[in-house]
Amino acid sequence: MVDLWDGMSRAFWLVVTLDAELVEIALRSLQVTLIALVVASAIALPMAALLTVRRFKARRTVIAVLNALMGLPPVVVGLVVYVLLSRSGPFGVLGLLFTPTAMVIAQVIIIVPLIASIAHQSLRDLWAEYHDLLISMNVTQFQKISTLLWDARRALLTASLAGFGRAIGEVGAIMIVGGNIDHSTRVLTTAIALETGKGDFALALGLGFVLIALAIVVNLAIHWLGRTEREGRW
Amino acid sequence: MKLIVASLFAAVIGTVSYAGDAMKMAVTTSFNNSGLADVLLPEIEKDLDLEVQLLVVGTGQALTLGRAGDVDAILVHSRQAEEKFLADGFGTNRREIMYNDFVFIGPKDDPAAIDGVPTAVSALQNIASSSSRFVSRGDDSGTHKKELSLWGSANLDPETFGDWYRAVGSGMGAALNTASGMNAYIMSDRASWLNFGNKGDLALLYAGDPVLFNQYAFLPVNPELHPHVKTDLTKKLEGWLVSDRAKELIDTYKINGETLFVFNAE
Repeated sequence: MVDLWDGMSRAFWLVVTLDAELVEIALRSLQVTLIALVVASAIALPMAALLTVRRFKARRTVIAVLNALMGLPPVVVGLVVYVLLSRSGPFGVLGLLFTPTAMVIAQVIIIVPLIASIAHQSLRDLWAEYHDLLISMNVTQFQKISTLLWDARRALLTASLAGFGRAIGEVGAIMIVGGNIDHSTRVLTTAIALETGKGDFALALGLGFVLIALAIVVNLAIHWLGRTEREGRW
Repeated sequence: MKLIVASLFAAVIGTVSYAGDAMKMAVTTSFNNSGLADVLLPEIEKDLDLEVQLLVVGTGQALTLGRAGDVDAILVHSRQAEEKFLADGFGTNRREIMYNDFVFIGPKDDPAAIDGVPTAVSALQNIASSSSRFVSRGDDSGTHKKELSLWGSANLDPETFGDWYRAVGSGMGAALNTASGMNAYIMSDRASWLNFGNKGDLALLYAGDPVLFNQYAFLPVNPELHPHVKTDLTKKLEGWLVSDRAKELIDTYKINGETLFVFNAE
């Protein structure tokens, strides 16, 4: 219990004094996760829409696999990305291992199935409503997809935020591909693992509280930014 | 206002830091947990304008990183493994830098009575014969290899031990946390122990046997196998590590008044 209180007061002082190291790793956490989120959303949302409007043979299988991959173990993703990016692996010449880019790649792989699955669920409900209308208007596939994506934007935001939540709190994969290098690939979660290893539970907890606060702030900010229209049902 | 927040986001995403000269070095957890890295790295950056990026792993993994060419140099402590690394042509040379020592940690009341035994081997024999809980690193690190060789010298085989022997398969800090939680015996390097913040009921019970000395060596990765390795930087770093400047910093580094490392580069 004492550790918990120590942790809270450590977190408080770290934030109040704007500890330089804390700011650095918190910004890097945000940077890596936000880039991963943008990339993953750009892949996952159109994919979900396509799965909604297109009928093809393997559609059900693809959806089932996508749902299953929501539980993709980050450690395994990290290991696979590591082996691919290692100097002795197929993409070794790029020299990406132990860089923030490698961490982004791992996070994108982890959250794409999650975002796509949640997005697909809400798009499917909307599609049931829009189907007759859009078919009778004889619109193109592209127009169907863009209509769905735009009109479901609130629900898609939730899908993306779920992805953000998974990515920012993730430690297994980015520890392996990033290497937790000070001033280069250290982020909040790997720093917490490091301080726990040193037995400094107060600092580890302090960083943990900062991480939680950061996730809440980003979620609030995105919701607030996204509320461009106040009317309508979303 | 929204524009400001949005541009803040963009700024966060856009920040990418570029260092001047940077190289990657895989080091053992014990080197980093001791706090010596925090003393040496800023000085290296000041003197050589060189940023050394540390990958803190066990000796086994450090050697693997070196073999794959994912780092430019390694700093580890497991002589046999290092010599094999050199013999297989993965490194250019092996430079001894400094040594520290391993110590036995255990519960303060010392149920296996290892306080005051003549040798490290007899300490381990006491632990085994009393079946006191013992936490092993179990991660193929230098410390783990050392521990296994000591069990070997005691004519005991960890494979045959009962469940008092717990191989946790993690770094020094995590293993110490486990030992602290289970009130178990553990072998640790002295530096990690002194810097460890969660000692609980544990205490240093045995140290001083010469077989417990722990030599650290610096091995640059062979550029013939991996042309991207920054040989000029590793040469610069090696020169610094054996210099008088490094000697002074290493020999005067203390925790709670205790000297941790002894510089012995030639």
